[in-house]
Amino acid sequence: MIKRSFIGLLKPRLEYGSIEDTPSLKQIPTSKEITLLSNCPFDKKKLLLKKKAAVKTGQKLLLYKESDEYVVSSVTGKVSSISAYTGDFGRSYTAIAIEVADNEEIDDGFKFAAGGSKDATLETVENYLAFAPGNPPVKLFSDKDKPINTIVVCCADSDLLITTNQHVVKSDIDAIKNGISILKTITGVNDIIMVASQSQMHEVSATGEKVNQVNDTYPSALPHLIMKDILGKVVPAGKNPEDIGVCFISAEAVASIGNAFNSGQIPVTKIFTLVKKDGSKSLVSARIGTPASEVFKAFNITLNENDRLIFGGPMTGSSVYSEDHPIQPDTDAIMVQDKDDIPVISDYPCTNCGDCIRVCPANLQIDMLVRLLEGGYYQEAADQYDLYSCIECGLCSYVCVSGMPIFQYIRSAKYELSRANTAEATNG
Amino acid sequence: MADNNVADNKKFIVSHAPFWHDGSRISLRNYNIALAALPAILLGIIYYGMPAVGVISLSISSAIIWEFVFCRVAKRSVTIGDGSAAIIGMLFGMLLPATAPWWLVIIGTFVAVVIGKQIYGGIGANPFNPVVVAIAIVMISWKDIFDFNEALMNYDLDFVMVYPLAALKHLGVSAVDSFSMGDLLMGKQSGGIGSTFGLGLIAGGIYLIIRGIIRWEISLSFLAGIFIAALIFNMTDSARYAGPVFHLFAGYTLIGAFFLATEDSSSPVNFIPMLIYGAGAGFLTVLIRNIGVYIDGVIFAILIMNLVSPLLDKIRPKAIGKVA
Repeated sequence: MIKRSFIGLLKPRLEYGSIEDTPSLKQIPTSKEITLLSNCPFDKKKLLLKKKAAVKTGQKLLLYKESDEYVVSSVTGKVSSISAYTGDFGRSYTAIAIEVADNEEIDDGFKFAAGGSKDATLETVENYLAFAPGNPPVKLFSDKDKPINTIVVCCADSDLLITTNQHVVKSDIDAIKNGISILKTITGVNDIIMVASQSQMHEVSATGEKVNQVNDTYPSALPHLIMKDILGKVVPAGKNPEDIGVCFISAEAVASIGNAFNSGQIPVTKIFTLVKKDGSKSLVSARIGTPASEVFKAFNITLNENDRLIFGGPMTGSSVYSEDHPIQPDTDAIMVQDKDDIPVISDYPCTNCGDCIRVCPANLQIDMLVRLLEGGYYQEAADQYDLYSCIECGLCSYVCVSGMPIFQYIRSAKYELSRANTAEATNG
Repeated sequence: MADNNVADNKKFIVSHAPFWHDGSRISLRNYNIALAALPAILLGIIYYGMPAVGVISLSISSAIIWEFVFCRVAKRSVTIGDGSAAIIGMLFGMLLPATAPWWLVIIGTFVAVVIGKQIYGGIGANPFNPVVVAIAIVMISWKDIFDFNEALMNYDLDFVMVYPLAALKHLGVSAVDSFSMGDLLMGKQSGGIGSTFGLGLIAGGIYLIIRGIIRWEISLSFLAGIFIAALIFNMTDSARYAGPVFHLFAGYTLIGAFFLATEDSSSPVNFIPMLIYGAGAGFLTVLIRNIGVYIDGVIFAILIMNLVSPLLDKIRPKAIGKVA
């Protein structure tokens, strides 16, 4: 954890980690059971997938009737259970557990549909690669309401400590190249912008695409700031880059697309950064769906009561309550924190010191905003103090002298407002 | 009963991002403020001896006790651990003459802690700097005690025992000539226990600025406001109005710049508002000193600027992506 410097006058300088050589990748053996999480809420009545159904590695599994949501099995085996899973802010998922069989068989559905790299179509990508490592944003490519005219390939990692994308760039630049040419063909978008940190510039320019350098301090690599500082386009408050025609995709997702067409198989292993209690990092590769506990076993990590297990980076990740939480296509990091290293969150009031305001990259008037949010005045916060301009970097909570959970106040306010708006829309 | 300690039944802390914190705390800030004020207090104690120790100690302890009592009565969690009450007591004591009677100290800290801070909701909610409110009230109520010339009559130290601002007010600019600027800076002037040692206050202030505990914009613009306003007066009529350097080093100017105007809750946080706030307080100080009825204007100037601080903070940078 980076502490405040003695010279507190300076803004905190949180540098993204960079990797020099290609570090070794620790392979986690396939576990006995894996769990795939689909963003689709669980609905027993419409379920297509049956318990005990046999699945092969790389097989696309359609989940529900009248829905094109799918997951891709990362192993060969039998579906052992299908259940509901609730995540942050009450988001509902469908969890598909698969018992792994001894012999692995590769599914050829994708190979059959896709052909080679030259025959790639938008349809195949959309139909087969949404669950590939890095979570390619396939739906954005074909959204008729929001046409995409620029694709930003993020080679830098957006949160601190994470070196996952950097590793992919170092080890698999050819797949990225291939992926980019496929993306160009299938989307018809020629404006591809590569975003890389200083240490990656040389490698990334080998792709022959335009490369832009992103600052090496957090939160420069967050999409909203890349939009503002590199593309020169400011995303309107409350909107996403895709709303103004820009699609963000991670280097890993591009490599997944490239590899899929090259090999005729949907990639099923996810690369992620493991951050141990002492802060040391390792790069790990595991099948999508592997429970985190398998990773800890391989690294001899023991978690104790009141420790914290985080999926994602230290600033924007989310903590989970079970050691068996599975690795997902977008899990770029797993971080464990000892109970003694968990900073205290307090209910102390804001003292108006202004540290958050000086650190906020979005120029929010946080001292006033948080007073409204504490009182539950969410609409006022949105109207008067720019709630929706927040780009969710978490720096305000990081520097808060009172230890207030400001970032969480903001997120829950956005959530409550969206709930109220949906209710209004449905009730007329 | 099931065994709760089995390996797969561990309970983790499931809280929200960010999972890091820079380790800053209110108590740490306040201890640093106390540290920064120490040189000025020590010199006051060297000059005025045990009475000064008595005033400062009573002020700090009574402020803490008032906070404790109020928190208990109001059934709030007791907040004396954050050091805020101690700082209020300390700063209040620093502004008093060493001869201040015990009851004045106790009334003053009551006003500061209870009326200045707690009734608004405690730390962070006070619209005015509690210390400044308290000193303004006791100063108006018991004028004679704040007549430093009379109060410190029995002291005969190795410097001119006349309160510089009082000399200026009553005797005019010629009286000011007897003070060398070096003496004023070194604390060789009569005044409050902890408010005369200019060099110590500046050093403490610079320390706080570097540590990021007070905001340099406020301190510097306050001093600049005083300097410029005094310079303008001095240039129009140097026979009636003292020079800017004298105003910088006399009275409560330096303690005001680094310890009073910079109080978090009652001052603005945006860049331009901080400059206006500081400069406005500086200007008002000189106006009150030069053409007002009061000898020193720092206290009232800061109070007035506290009042407009929320309004000033409306001047803020545009949030990114803000539509219209």
